[in-house]
Amino acid sequence: MSRSRRHPLSLSALALVAVVLLLLPLIALLVRTPWQRMPALLGSDAVQQALWLSVRCALAATVLSVVLGIPLAWVLARSHLPGRRLLRGLVAVPLVLPPVVGGVALLLAFGRQGVLGPLLVEAGAVPAFTTWGVILAETFVALPFLVLTVEGALSGLARDHEEVAATLGARPLRVFLTVTLPAIWPSVLSGAVLAGARALGEFGATTTFAGSLPGETQTVPLAVYALLQDDPSAAYALSAVLLTVSVAMVLALRSVRR
Amino acid sequence: MRGVAVRAVAAMLLLASCTDTPSPGTPVTVFAAASLRQAFLAEGQAFEATHPGVRVRFSFAGSQVLVAQVKQGAPADVVATADPQSMSSLGDRVLGQPQVLAHNRLAILTATGNPRHIRGLADLPRVRVVLAGPTVPLGKASALALARAGVTVRPRSLEDSATGVITKLRLGEADAGIGYVTDLAGTGLAGLPLPGTTTTLMIGALTASPRAGDFVDFVLSAEGRRILLSFGFR
Repeated sequence: MSRSRRHPLSLSALALVAVVLLLLPLIALLVRTPWQRMPALLGSDAVQQALWLSVRCALAATVLSVVLGIPLAWVLARSHLPGRRLLRGLVAVPLVLPPVVGGVALLLAFGRQGVLGPLLVEAGAVPAFTTWGVILAETFVALPFLVLTVEGALSGLARDHEEVAATLGARPLRVFLTVTLPAIWPSVLSGAVLAGARALGEFGATTTFAGSLPGETQTVPLAVYALLQDDPSAAYALSAVLLTVSVAMVLALRSVRR
Repeated sequence: MRGVAVRAVAAMLLLASCTDTPSPGTPVTVFAAASLRQAFLAEGQAFEATHPGVRVRFSFAGSQVLVAQVKQGAPADVVATADPQSMSSLGDRVLGQPQVLAHNRLAILTATGNPRHIRGLADLPRVRVVLAGPTVPLGKASALALARAGVTVRPRSLEDSATGVITKLRLGEADAGIGYVTDLAGTGLAGLPLPGTTTTLMIGALTASPRAGDFVDFVLSAEGRRILLSFGFR
């Protein structure tokens, strides 16, 4: 009786179903990955091209997210801007928005026929279907992760150190850079890891807004999709690479939060 | 601290600017129908071998996707579509007259050995079928063939390209599909060519770059034609 109260069988059974649902596909991927082909495959020009493109774009999107996201998080957490709550809600929308809708929206904003289209064409800087477009699409989906993580940390931060610094005559920007930022650094890091992971895995917005051109816009997820139609076991291998990176990111997140 | 931020931004710009560095060889960017994938990869190799310093980059997708991307400003030098309608919807974006690239035919595709004993379109309603979607040239041709035969099927999936049909069949997610006879080579699938279903592929240059014209000329040359024929095109 006391035993069953500690472990309600129905809950354990459902939890087991959840574990199988989450882990079986990942195990299946590892089982079917052609490990002996891995070195040759990873060394091939096409895969190298996709990997480096992915790394470059995800890194650029992460840096952009940090550079733009920290100020936005600060505005959301500290300013007295009217409509701040509404803005906080809107910033979270790309988190739940279907990525393909994000891609369509980006086209309508920054595409040739988009709202800023004529301006961008004039400037010769249309990002759609270029590597810049990939970075833009990835930043669009990744930025909210950083903003919300950092904003949470800022809201939870006691203000006394900042006030002391201000009393001692430090200007607001200096207080932010020398007192506030070091205090929330772990959150910035974990936000950056989350943003980077989301950027690295981006598919829907990228293929819609930037197309799928090897070396230019075909990142690893897009290459996986293309390979599935052509060389399925190569697609499994590349998927296993992304799975490994994801596991590494989860581990990184845990060590940052510890 | 400010120095760190400045350096971070500088590093980012440097990083991003790397992406604009042209790799060795002038690229010619070819957008081609998914059904041309195998054949055009071979054409690309042969073209690069005879044109030193020129690199061919391919983007393969359903013709309707390629057309939409070109209209949105995607940087293609050459486009090859699976039907004349897709090509003509590009209007005067195509320089000069688009040309007939080759012909193809539809086929019922099944797993190796045709385990469900499919002998014609009339057998499709009793098995799991996957087709190309109604906006894909293959999908339009498939719908026409089914309508002519008076057969109605409820497909399990409507794929966005000819290769999507192949993928579902190779993964065993469907018993049969309608694809091209050229899809049979190298896929391990069995096929039943459908009589009277000839399709026409078109090719055209989108930019005045001499490389674009060179690639179109090469594919239409005797050498290029030989490669297309070796993959089952006509």
